[in-house]
Amino acid sequence: MSQEVKTKEPLFSPKNRKLLTAPLGKNNPITVQVLGICSALAVTVKLEPAFVMAISVIAVLSLGNVVISLLRNQIPPRIRIIVQLVVIASLVILVDQILKAFAYDVSKQLSVFVGLIITNCIIMGRFEAFAMANKPWPSFLDGLGNGSGYGLILIIVAFFRELLGSGTIWGYPVLEKLGIYSVGYENNGLMILPPMALITVGIIIWVQRFKNRELIED
Amino acid sequence: MQDLINIFVKSVFIDNMIFAYFLGMCSYLAVSKTVKTSVGLGVAVIFVLGITVPVDYLLNKYLLAPGALHWISSDLATVDLSFLSFILFIAVIASMVQLVEMVIEKFSPALYNSLGIFLPLIAVNCAILGGSLFMQEREYQSIAEATSFGLGSGVGWFLAIVAIAAIREKIRYSNVPPALKGLGITFIITGLMGIAFMSFMGIKI
Repeated sequence: MSQEVKTKEPLFSPKNRKLLTAPLGKNNPITVQVLGICSALAVTVKLEPAFVMAISVIAVLSLGNVVISLLRNQIPPRIRIIVQLVVIASLVILVDQILKAFAYDVSKQLSVFVGLIITNCIIMGRFEAFAMANKPWPSFLDGLGNGSGYGLILIIVAFFRELLGSGTIWGYPVLEKLGIYSVGYENNGLMILPPMALITVGIIIWVQRFKNRELIED
Repeated sequence: MQDLINIFVKSVFIDNMIFAYFLGMCSYLAVSKTVKTSVGLGVAVIFVLGITVPVDYLLNKYLLAPGALHWISSDLATVDLSFLSFILFIAVIASMVQLVEMVIEKFSPALYNSLGIFLPLIAVNCAILGGSLFMQEREYQSIAEATSFGLGSGVGWFLAIVAIAAIREKIRYSNVPPALKGLGITFIITGLMGIAFMSFMGIKI
């Protein structure tokens, strides 16, 4: 390795900052890389569970990335999938126990979807694509960035579904306070049903690709 | 018997893994470009779900659930190992997938080649782990019920992926707005199919 590479990189060099910001827009894990949709949509009926889910995924992804990155030279390539699964599963058990202890109601609402963070493709995908080949600090930033990109979509979807479906934001009855119901507006019950989550994500993808022409598939 | 059929039909149509819970969306979106590969993957998923759900049911009943260790000695009747279920379930799934992979490689190399990377990815297909976790949460009474739930969920997933693959094959010739092409339109079609599947709600045999 040459001397230039060995000189210490500043913690927030432009390259590292890009790791953090790219997944929020042009390289979003859900709308561009198509990873981790499984657990994303079922928890987006209300903002609160979506927010808790986002935080859990960010925690698991950034910690897991650091652990895998520290172990990357020790893991034999043949059994790396099992090693990765064990790391993820242990972190998810931790998150699950913490949620049960401190946020029992939300943990009940999320039901099996906390466990399903294990099979969230974002996590395996980032382990394989990034943490196995990079140092702990960039891996941590990559995990933080991708987790936030995932959380961002979750919160956008949940915001619209809660507002249009139940007329509330974070449980606060916004539309009722604004007096919109008295004009004759009614909640759209369809927004609460599962299919509308898919259609909402479809529309987000549409808007994003309309703005970033280079993302369009042929 | 009627109960079993009821659980089967319910998990195929009403509690469909894709349309009601969005489980297994990653491979659903990635492999659904042609009908042929999606049939192969669908069959593999039915097979893996049909095996792992009953196996995990036994694990849950005799090892993990609160008081499950009662059959060893009465001292262990208060032990609750359910926090270990994630790790054990995923281990069972990973080994089953390895098994299916070896079987397919031996008997149908063509299918093995066309499934490519997605076969090992069944291990991280949320539908499989989701099946086991739902089985645990819904507390099925016997191994027969668990099996019928597992097979039903697999068949539901199979139906969904084959249907979307057929639609995607046709839609290639249609005039979709450029920004919506590919991923976007697939999401919206899946949503519309989900709305159609909701009309099965309330069916009981």
